[in-house]
Amino acid sequence: MDYFLTEEQQMIKELAAKIADEKIAPIAIEYDEQGKFPHEIIKILADSDLCGVYIAEEYGGLGGGVFEMSLVVEQLSRACGGISLAFAGTGLGTFPIILFGNEEQKKKYLPDIASGKKLAAFGLTEANAGSDAAGIQTTAVLAGDEYVLNGTKQWITNGGEADVYTVVACTNRSKGARGFSAFIVEKDTPGFTFGKKENKMGIRASCTRELVFDNCRIPRENLLSKEGMGFIVAMKTLDRTRPGVAAQALGIAQGAFEEAVKYSKQRVQFGQPISSFQAIQHMMADMAIQIEASRALVYQTCKFIDSGAKNFSKESAMAKVMASDTAMKVTTDAIQVMGGYGYMKEYPIEKKMRDAKITQIYEGTNQIQRNVIALELIKELAGK
Amino acid sequence: MNIVVCIKQVPATTEVKMNKETNTIIREGVESIINPFDMYAVEESLRIREKLGGKVTVISMGPQAVCDSLKETIGLGADDTVLLSDRAFAGADSLATSYTLSMGIKKIGDFDLIICGKQATDGDTAQVGPSLAEKLGIPHTTYVRRIEEIKDGYIRCQRLTEDGYEVVEMPLPAMITVVKEINEPRLPSIKGMMRAKKAVVNIWSADDINADKNLCGLKGSPTQVVKTFVPVHDVQSEMIEGTSEEQAQKLADKLLNMQFMTCK
Repeated sequence: MDYFLTEEQQMIKELAAKIADEKIAPIAIEYDEQGKFPHEIIKILADSDLCGVYIAEEYGGLGGGVFEMSLVVEQLSRACGGISLAFAGTGLGTFPIILFGNEEQKKKYLPDIASGKKLAAFGLTEANAGSDAAGIQTTAVLAGDEYVLNGTKQWITNGGEADVYTVVACTNRSKGARGFSAFIVEKDTPGFTFGKKENKMGIRASCTRELVFDNCRIPRENLLSKEGMGFIVAMKTLDRTRPGVAAQALGIAQGAFEEAVKYSKQRVQFGQPISSFQAIQHMMADMAIQIEASRALVYQTCKFIDSGAKNFSKESAMAKVMASDTAMKVTTDAIQVMGGYGYMKEYPIEKKMRDAKITQIYEGTNQIQRNVIALELIKELAGK
Repeated sequence: MNIVVCIKQVPATTEVKMNKETNTIIREGVESIINPFDMYAVEESLRIREKLGGKVTVISMGPQAVCDSLKETIGLGADDTVLLSDRAFAGADSLATSYTLSMGIKKIGDFDLIICGKQATDGDTAQVGPSLAEKLGIPHTTYVRRIEEIKDGYIRCQRLTEDGYEVVEMPLPAMITVVKEINEPRLPSIKGMMRAKKAVVNIWSADDINADKNLCGLKGSPTQVVKTFVPVHDVQSEMIEGTSEEQAQKLADKLLNMQFMTCK
């Protein structure tokens, strides 16, 4: 399918694909097994100018948006859904600054992120605040010219590896969700440490850790937007980055599909390649249909967001659900096509199934996404 | 440090198809790439420039389509590109090619170092680099796997040999050909690719470089291809059975019979 990408988008896609094929694919299995963080891939992405595709040119980026970010994530994820997260997780940590940062904050943080010198992370989830994000316990108390942070964030992508963290904490308990505020916290701030590195089922080349704040004092000017805006910052950010998760899922699905097709042409049973059997052909066709339908929805959602649309929670959630459910289905079927070989760790396919699962869970479970979609539908009906 | 890098556009495939009547390579319908060994030459030039400053000029000879390959090197970071393109250059062997390149490089003028890939994957002669250096009257060394030191007027490098390496010192300007051990070529950057899109390749004809047309192209090529053929791989295999000792004995007997080895 031709999606009529602009010349620049085409370049971005092709370069990201080249990096995925030449640099990431050969190391994906090793990094997955050892849970290694892909520092050298970040360096390659930085040298290629890809780290800043979604950051404005005035801050050293390429001036693209969610679409450009998603094109990169999709291509990198074709080779490894874990390694791509170093880039995608940085996008998640950066969008609060892009959307709500003031000029000084943007000037201070965005150029280093655009150049790939610094990585970012987003800290929202806590042990008791997952789907119910309003359950945040971490507090931020204003003391003179500083905010004092206390609490623990859990399962933070790029935790420990990122230099810039955007964190949501409670500044006024009595106001509920309106009592949250978002802050920028730099690594190496006294009182800010990292908890254990999680041992995960998939996306193992991505680093997932706790952020621990123990009387961590940050300058007052690190507040993003205004006090009380934390929940809005988080929700608006997630609306914009969900297509990134969708793109990750799409890339994982595409990578699994390509492996399965390649294998089906090589594997001979009953005297012929298994691709000549209709049972396999129909599975291939179904995979291709689901992937292309997901891609169409993800790309169109990205374009819709980048066009300057105001409310796109529904579309963003739809793209995420569709692509992640597709990734789970396609990776499972890809293993089925490859049979026993697909189940073995010598082939990069079982890993893709493990990597796919998280896309149905994080940045809002697919059940929460369906809530979001339904709520928007009801609002639309009420407005008629 | 001004560096000139010579590149060649070659067919991307390793299965080169020949036109049996003309004895030339069929290039139609085959994707063209920069000769892989030349990518190491480009990379090394960029690394030297990053350290010492100066300018990297990439030069090639061939039809207009080679502009795409030259622009690709701009995407990697080259400063300037030159294509030597003229009907008079067509059908050149390695002698005529090196003459033409030498005239092009004379026109570029001020250079300290020329870097070429060790050979091209289509012709595999490895002659153009050294021949070019001779035409320019500058020292050269081939199969360079590492540059140990390079500064004004001086280079010391390691030259790969079959059983190790030699350390070679030369005054500059000089020419080196490089092997793949020397570096890992970078990928382009988006900003580089944009620059490449807008870049204009300097295209010079035989007249532009004051070349003697009798020394260019087919006219200047003493090499004549009499015949080309695809070698037939007719492998016969035989499995030797038995215990390890029996197998070794049978194999040794066979090799002796076939006179691949002798018994003292």
